[in-house]
Amino acid sequence: MSHEPLIVLDAVNKWFGDLHVLRDVSLTVDRGEVVVVIGPSGSGKSTLCRAVNRLETINSGTIRFDGKELPAEGRSLAKLRSEVGMVFQSFNLFAHMSILDNVMLGPVKVRGESKAVARERALALLDRVGIANQADKLPVQLSGGQQQRVAIARALAMQPKAMLFDEPTSALDPEMVGEVLEVMTSLAKEGMTMIVVTHEMGFARAAADRVAFMADGQLVEQAPPAEFFGNPKSERARDFLSKVLQH
Amino acid sequence: MDVFSDPANLQLYIDGFLMILKLTGASTLLALVLGLLLAACRVSPVPVLRAFGAGWVHLFRNTPLTLVILFCFFGLYSAVGVEFSDDLHINNYWLAVTGLSAYTAAFVCEAIRSGINTVPLGQAEAARALGLTFTQNLRLIILPQAMRSVVAPLGSIVIALTKNATIAGVIGVPEASNSMKTLIEARGDQTIAIFAVFALTFVALLVPVGYGFSALANRLMVRR
Ligand SMILES: Nc1ncnc2c1ncn2[C@@H]1O[C@H](COP(=O)(O)OP(=O)(O)OP(=O)(O)O)[C@@H](O)[C@H]1O
Ligand SMILES: [Mg+2]
Repeated sequence: MSHEPLIVLDAVNKWFGDLHVLRDVSLTVDRGEVVVVIGPSGSGKSTLCRAVNRLETINSGTIRFDGKELPAEGRSLAKLRSEVGMVFQSFNLFAHMSILDNVMLGPVKVRGESKAVARERALALLDRVGIANQADKLPVQLSGGQQQRVAIARALAMQPKAMLFDEPTSALDPEMVGEVLEVMTSLAKEGMTMIVVTHEMGFARAAADRVAFMADGQLVEQAPPAEFFGNPKSERARDFLSKVLQH
Repeated sequence: MDVFSDPANLQLYIDGFLMILKLTGASTLLALVLGLLLAACRVSPVPVLRAFGAGWVHLFRNTPLTLVILFCFFGLYSAVGVEFSDDLHINNYWLAVTGLSAYTAAFVCEAIRSGINTVPLGQAEAARALGLTFTQNLRLIILPQAMRSVVAPLGSIVIALTKNATIAGVIGVPEASNSMKTLIEARGDQTIAIFAVFALTFVALLVPVGYGFSALANRLMVRR
C-alpha cells in the first residue's frame, strides 16, 4: 500500500461546553486504508468521525482532507462533504423519497449529473448492495439492514474519496448485521479509504488495516488488528477488550 | 329579513364579503411567501438573519392587529408617505393587505418552523453530508417533510386571517363588518337577523376551509 495521507488530523481539540471530548487527537489515514475506531461509550468516537466532514466543528488543531484544510463553510464545504461519504447509525434515508431517488439525489443535485446517468449508476449500486428490486419503494418499507445498505449505496453514488461509518450496525437487529458488514468488507477489499466506528470486533479483525482505540477523548493507541487484539499496550485497551470480548 | 330584499342592501352585503375574500386572498399569498422566508431566516446558519426572523415574529405576534392596521394607515401612509395608489379606496385596501400580511406572516413562520422541528435532525445531517447547500437542504429535504405537518396549522391561520380581515374596516376599507354596521344603523329593528346572516356567512365560508385543510393534511401524512 502506498503511504499517501488522505485524512490528517493534527492535535484536534473539541469541547462541548465544559466537556473536553477530543483531546489532542492526531490521526492519519492513508489512501486505501481502513481504520476502525473503537472505545467505550462517550469516548468521542462519533465526534471524531463527524469532525472529518465538519458536521462537528473543532476548537483547535487542524483537519486536512486530500491535502487541503477543511473549508469553514459555504460551497467549498459542501464540495468537501460531497467527496466524503457518510453512513449513520440511524440510516437517515430521506423519508419522503423512493430508494432510487435517495441514491440519485446527490449526483443530480450536488454534481449536476443528468438523471439518466445518475439513474444508471444508482441502479448498479443498488444491485451491488442487493436492493435493486426495491428501487421504487419508500425507506419505511425496507428492513433496517436493507435501509443501511441503501444508505451505503447513496454515499457511494457520489464516488467519494473516503467513507465514514458511525456505528453502522448498532441500530440493526442481530440477523441483519452480517449483510451490512459484508458490503463494508467488500468495499474495504476494493481499496476504499474508510474510517469505521464500530463495536463489531470481528469486522475490525477481518477488514481493518489499523485499529484506533479511544478513551476519554484521547486516541490512546493504534495498531494493526492482530497486534492490537493480541497484545494491547495500554491498560485502558486491555480493560476495554476484556469487557467486550468476554461474550 | 326584508332588509336584504332591498337590492342596495343586498349589494352592500355582497360587496362586504367580496372585499373580505379579496383581502384574505392577497394577504394569504403574501403571508405564505413572507412566512416561508422568515422561517428560512430563523433556521439559517447566519446569526443576523436568525435575529431578523425572531424580531419579526416577536413584534407582530405580540402586537394587536388593530394597532398594526392603524399603523399602516397613520404611520406608513400618513407619516411616512407610503402610497400604493391615488385612489383612496385602493390605497387603503393595500395598506390593509400590508398589515394583515406582515401580521399573519409571523404566525405562518412559526407554523413552518415547528413543522421543520418535526423533521428528524438526521434528515438534514444526511443531506449536508451529501454536499447539499443550506437552501437545497431546505427546499429538497426539510420543507417537503415539514409541510405535511404545517398544513393543518396553516388551515387555522387562514381561517383566523379571514376573520381578521374585518379589522381592515377600521381604516375605512368597505368590508363585511362595515356593511353590517351600516345595515344595522339603517334597520335597527332587524339587528339580530342582520348579525345572524353575517355570522353564518362567515361560518359557511370557513367550515369548508377547515375541512379542506384537514383532508389535505391527512393525505400528506408522512410515513416513517
Ligand atoms: N451535541 C452535543 N452536545 C453536548 N455534548 C455532546 C454532544 N454530542 C456528544 N456529546 C458528548 O460528548 C461525549 C462524546 O460523545 P461521542 O458521541 O463522540 O461518543 P462516542 O464515543 O461516539 O459514544 P457512543 O459509543 O455512545 O456512541 C459524550 O460525553 C457525549 O455525551
Ligand atoms: Mg457514537
